[in-house]
Amino acid sequence: MTERDIMAYYTDMEELKSDILEQVLSKSNACDFSTYTERHVVKALSADVCATEDFAALLSESAAPYLEEMAKKARSETNKHFGNSRYLFTPLYISNYCENQCVYCGFNRGSNIKRSRLNCEEIEEEMAAIAKSGLKEILILTGESRKYSDVKYVGEACRLAKKYFTVIGLEVYPMNVSDYAYLRECGADFVTVFQETYDAKEYDRLHPGGRKRIFPYRFYAQERAVLGGIRGVGFAALLGLADFRRDAYATGLHAFFLQRKYPHAEISFSCPRLRPAAGGEKIFDKNISEAQLLQIICAYRIFMPFAGITVSSRENSNFRDNVVNIAATKISAGVDVGIGGHSGESKGGEQFEIDDGRAVAQIYGMLKAQDLQPVMSEYIYL
Amino acid sequence: MIDENSVKNEDRLVLGGRTFLSRFILGSGKYSLNLIEAAVKNAGAEIITLALRRADEGGKDNILDFIPKGITVLPNTSGARNADEAVRIARLSRALGCGDFIKIEVIRDTKYLLPDNYETIKATEKLASEGFIVMPYMYPDLYAARALVDAGAACVMPLAAPIGSNKGVCARDFIKILIEEIDLPVIVDAGIGRPSQACEVMEMGAAAVMANTAIATAGSIPLMAKAFKQAIEAGRAAYLSGLGRVLDKASASSPLTGFLHN
Repeated sequence: MTERDIMAYYTDMEELKSDILEQVLSKSNACDFSTYTERHVVKALSADVCATEDFAALLSESAAPYLEEMAKKARSETNKHFGNSRYLFTPLYISNYCENQCVYCGFNRGSNIKRSRLNCEEIEEEMAAIAKSGLKEILILTGESRKYSDVKYVGEACRLAKKYFTVIGLEVYPMNVSDYAYLRECGADFVTVFQETYDAKEYDRLHPGGRKRIFPYRFYAQERAVLGGIRGVGFAALLGLADFRRDAYATGLHAFFLQRKYPHAEISFSCPRLRPAAGGEKIFDKNISEAQLLQIICAYRIFMPFAGITVSSRENSNFRDNVVNIAATKISAGVDVGIGGHSGESKGGEQFEIDDGRAVAQIYGMLKAQDLQPVMSEYIYL
Repeated sequence: MIDENSVKNEDRLVLGGRTFLSRFILGSGKYSLNLIEAAVKNAGAEIITLALRRADEGGKDNILDFIPKGITVLPNTSGARNADEAVRIARLSRALGCGDFIKIEVIRDTKYLLPDNYETIKATEKLASEGFIVMPYMYPDLYAARALVDAGAACVMPLAAPIGSNKGVCARDFIKILIEEIDLPVIVDAGIGRPSQACEVMEMGAAAVMANTAIATAGSIPLMAKAFKQAIEAGRAAYLSGLGRVLDKASASSPLTGFLHN
């Protein structure tokens, strides 16, 4: 069977008239990172405003010897925009059924993990257990299955979350504008969609089946979310799937062009590196070092100083504790990436392995020890 | 000759019928809650701003618990993207017991955080009619400032530079125009990075200075708070005393008009 063209929308997928995809891909595909020299890096570090060219220079290999300078600049920008406030949240996985076949992911429909979906009562139990830790922000996640976690189900989870939390983020499958508008009504504040990779050829190879295969529909998820009234949108490439410099560059450009078009949209970045997952080990050997990851995070900060940056529990505690003092503004705590593990025994398998499993109180203490101010929420729901 | 003591004794900042001795409005964001008290004390501040979206959180580390008693809380509407949201936040603030003062911030640009004057005017009109003491954060535009006066604002708060930028008095000439033309107190807000810049706008005749990031990101928050206090007092004293005569260039006799006396 021939696989579907990754550019061909399904009929029920809403197609926006937008040129952001073209803007991002034409720029990121044309970028030759090897042309950037130390001179470009120094210019980027001393520029008042970091232009897209400067951002590319900061992501290039030539910037590696300047990592300390990048970290200093990033820290200063973080300070200017966020002071010492750092935000805490935890992810809540409510279903791990998935229709996609992402070859790197533990939720892959071919993956032999235990599948589970929490009902409303179970979701509320999990939320009540999380809320006891003092957290006020929650990130609701599902596997990408419209059958097992339809829009209404996600909406119900948001409504329940509103009882316990003041900020609700979503990391679910991409949907249409009217779906996002519905979820906004149910209380959703933020929508994050990982593009995984902006390299269309690699995207094609890595996503052999499921609706996720449709590259542009996924790409335009943030724009549809903003049009649906969602206040903030998150961007990420799963670093390590393809050329990480180009993917990081495209991620930044994606956010950049969206914010230009919708200046009120709140922007954030996640910075995941590929982690071992069920069935995924055999595919990848392109390891990104911690230094390279830090370079990317600092480049994001310098390029978009006002953006939120989340540091994943995929990373170890030493890395997280340091990066939160340089560029990250949001850190997860008390993380359980299985299904139902906050209030009892985990009922379903995990998407990936975490490294930093510290509880909320421990992360809170770590921030305080660094003279950072943990903030549980900074948001008024109107 | 101006009598030093009478000037000092009678000089008050008046906002919505309330009088204040201090002309330094301190921000409470971007730093550790346990430093707020020391910052207020060293700043000699009588007004501290408070993002209602922080105060509304409740629970652990409620910022309201860290603000010393007797200090006037000036809640702001940060997070509002239009007049309607600002009005709703202001009402919520009043309902939470934060009083009648409200600093309006309406921002629809996440990159530069520039205030939207048009929406700010609309919110000011509505809230002033509901009895709030409205302090609008604005881009220093003369027409907008006049409209804010007409809308019932208690002062105008033009930015000196983009918020959080610590760039100093980039909008100097436009702030000067507001000080000359607007009868309400002109309180310079945002972008002030150093005590000397706070001093400069006070010399120009600003009624007060609001600062947050410059203090929040200083090596020692209490010490920088104190430095700002002193700078603002110095600038105010200079303004009240009337600056000495300064000419661009020294000129010996009167080369152009000397003929009149020949």
